[in-house]
Amino acid sequence: MKQSIAKVLTALLVCRAIALAQSHPAVAISNAKIVTVSGPVIAKGTVVVRNGLIEAVGENVPVPADAMLVEGEGLTVYPGLIDGLSTWGQPYTAPAASTTVTAGRGGRGATTTTTTTTPAAAVPAAVSTVAPARGPEDRPATTSWLKIADEVTFTDRRIESARSAGFTTAVTFPTRGIFAGQGAIIDLLSDAKPGEMVLVPAAGQYISLSRGSGGGGGMGGGFPSALMGVISYIRQIYLDAAHYQLVKDAYARDPRGVERPVYDRALEGVLESKRILLPANRLVEIDRMLRFAAELKQPAILYGGRETFRPEAAALLKKFNTPVLLSMRWPEKPRDADPEDVESLRTLETRDKAAGAPMALQSAGVKYALYSDGLDQPRDLQRAVKKAIDAGLSREDAIRALTLSPAEIFGVADRLGSIEKGKIGNLVVTRGDLFDDHTKVEMILVDGRKYVPAPDAAPTGGRGATTDPGVNR
Amino acid sequence: MNKILLPALLVVVHLSAETYVIRNATIMTVAKGTLKGSIVVKDGKISEVGEKVMEPAGAKIIDAAGQYVIPGIIDCHSHIAADGGINEGSVSVSSMVDIKDVINPEDIAIYRALAGGVTTANILHGSANPIGGQTLPLKMRWGKDAQGMIFEGATPGIKFALGENPKRAGNPAGGRGAPATVQARYPATRMGVEDTIREAFNEAKVYKAEWDAYDARAAKGEHGIPPRKDLKLEPLKEVLEGKRYVHAHCYRADEILMLLRVADEFGFKIRTLQHVLEGYKVAKEIAAHGAGASTFSDWWSYKVEAFDAIPYNAAIMQKKGVIVSLNSDDAELMRHLNSEAGKAMKYGGLSETEALAMVTLNPAKQLGIDNRVGSIEAGKDADLVIYDKFPLSDYAKVQKVLIDGTIYFDRDNEVSGRAAKQAEKQKLIDKEKQNQQRPQQAPTRRQGQ
Repeated sequence: MKQSIAKVLTALLVCRAIALAQSHPAVAISNAKIVTVSGPVIAKGTVVVRNGLIEAVGENVPVPADAMLVEGEGLTVYPGLIDGLSTWGQPYTAPAASTTVTAGRGGRGATTTTTTTTPAAAVPAAVSTVAPARGPEDRPATTSWLKIADEVTFTDRRIESARSAGFTTAVTFPTRGIFAGQGAIIDLLSDAKPGEMVLVPAAGQYISLSRGSGGGGGMGGGFPSALMGVISYIRQIYLDAAHYQLVKDAYARDPRGVERPVYDRALEGVLESKRILLPANRLVEIDRMLRFAAELKQPAILYGGRETFRPEAAALLKKFNTPVLLSMRWPEKPRDADPEDVESLRTLETRDKAAGAPMALQSAGVKYALYSDGLDQPRDLQRAVKKAIDAGLSREDAIRALTLSPAEIFGVADRLGSIEKGKIGNLVVTRGDLFDDHTKVEMILVDGRKYVPAPDAAPTGGRGATTDPGVNR
Repeated sequence: MNKILLPALLVVVHLSAETYVIRNATIMTVAKGTLKGSIVVKDGKISEVGEKVMEPAGAKIIDAAGQYVIPGIIDCHSHIAADGGINEGSVSVSSMVDIKDVINPEDIAIYRALAGGVTTANILHGSANPIGGQTLPLKMRWGKDAQGMIFEGATPGIKFALGENPKRAGNPAGGRGAPATVQARYPATRMGVEDTIREAFNEAKVYKAEWDAYDARAAKGEHGIPPRKDLKLEPLKEVLEGKRYVHAHCYRADEILMLLRVADEFGFKIRTLQHVLEGYKVAKEIAAHGAGASTFSDWWSYKVEAFDAIPYNAAIMQKKGVIVSLNSDDAELMRHLNSEAGKAMKYGGLSETEALAMVTLNPAKQLGIDNRVGSIEAGKDADLVIYDKFPLSDYAKVQKVLIDGTIYFDRDNEVSGRAAKQAEKQKLIDKEKQNQQRPQQAPTRRQGQ
């Protein structure tokens, strides 16, 4: 008991010290195990972070005289974890990403999200149109021009719990509507100007196949109401965008005597997006979306990926050379399921094998990353990763799927995802192996700024981990 | 647990088509009468049919002694195998949507249809709009992916709908299922349905003219900016060009005549009238237009516009020179279209062959795929159904179904495989139960302390 009180006190003191630590020009962690991800593990080495960048890493790196020294004996340093598809850092709560996938058969269980921690607010409600859309020309459920980079804020309370789980970075997307808008890659800072958080302001267009709120299927709810309506709408938008570009270019060459092209922000938003994110959970959806992206000639990333544990799905992704963001919300039996209800073999099989997806994709050579999908409690996130590891994924690959792989998928592996000289100073320092039971995140560096998990944050590691040593006999 | 368990249970592995000889069967060819003999299946096609055939060396023999073989059943009106709704009901003209985009090859209804002898089905958009979505025929190749289901080379279609369904959405009270607050959608009357179709084709004509002019300029080497491609009008342009079939949902004689006149005026054809329960009243006019009729055997009175239905409809239309098929419009009815055909013998006194043609050769003709399927003739696709008894009887059970010379349904395998599937399922259920119980125990123990 005394020990635990002491721990809490120390932690509180450390918290107070955060502001001080940030003012240090440099941080050096020495004598630590360093998991670089891009290269071999350094059993005992030093990593130096200065001005938000990794200045040096290696076995025999001297500690600069002006650096704040962290004695790393018994500690492990990892690159900061990246949430490849997130809603963290936004001023409003968006529904968890892949829950917007049309559920179809063999759906997953819990769809309630735990993301209702921040007050609903400001970001455009443009999706809820006043009159029902009469067709594609009304641009229903579209805010493609929206850049979430312009809306990010550190006031999202999930940022702190995400950091406590080891996340330093998130690719955060608007998720409402069919064309929801462009995501941004952000660092999970606190007390920072919004602009400081943004690493990449335009990370791609988030597309969902449901209208979101204000839509509703059936008759009279406005176009589109059925899945095939949504697909045809997306197809029409890309045809229109290509035509718009032609007309605009011609006008720019010589406007005299030419009818002025009507400015269309929906098409502008689509044209500015360098990649699209498409939802796909079931095998048939994966097949459908891969072909659709090829038809649209858009670089695509699929998200959801629930049935990617099926070899056919992994083979398709490999064939189309398309990366996938894999939801860590592994399907579970619905809590309120009718005990008499007989589920299909396929549903049972999916629940049984879903956490094997990372392993299946790994073996098939498909580029993939894991994402939080509405999980934001450190314990839940750690458990989710643990489940994949239990299903055969190696620890190294699990770490990669949350660091270098998402960085590669979003084209920022030159600045994020591994511990290399010159990369952004995003580090997680743990006592014990990341994702192990009882492992504790000691410290997080985001952009070189030091944060310490709040004392009440659950330790990393799985079930039953407790701060009270008495319980562990 | 490092191994990935192959989920082989649902994915039937189909080897490339074997060579088969179906021996000693009663073969109802539909095109050339019924005979006792053999069928040779090679490279996915029927290579020979006759009382005596040359059996290729190495062919697998299927002994069908005492059994019957018919061409695979074709359902001209089905809504299975589509994801995310079959009605884009938000707009009066939803021609921009396409069933092809939402094929769901994992729909269990496919397998069930297959087990009922169906080898091809015309998957239609719903009937919520005067002009509905694009449609296409699928082969019931259970286990293949979405692309593998598509009937290669078949002319695509588009759904039209007349009468109660499309005008219901125009009802300010919202009609079936829609909240009263929802803005009513034009049209609300049968007149409005006609107007909607006319307006759409007027638009399509302008669109077509625009594109024709552009294509003509481009052919002369003048390159300019092409007109905007409009996914709503593209398929209507194709209808005007005869490249896409119109399948029109209809009931009443007056609206059937209306549609035929509108089509004549705009210079396109109605390929099939669907349901067409009052078709017997205007059969001559239907025949004169050249439209096919795809109707129910004896389903009637389920709504006001279906009150005048008679079970003799199919036979009467046929006798007036209309190509008639019997369809299901329903995943359950789809599983016994053979006995639906049998009813045409009772009501209207059609011959066995004529009745069977209504679920095989006639729908094939209506869909423009009779060069490939619909009868048992050398050169056609080996889409065959083996029944244990006379196939137009309620007591007949499907034994085997071949599509493109591959066995996609085998009753013996199905029945004998059930125990293993059940065991697999139970194993997963038990495993999940165990895993669920574990975390529940932990807090209990802690409470005990």
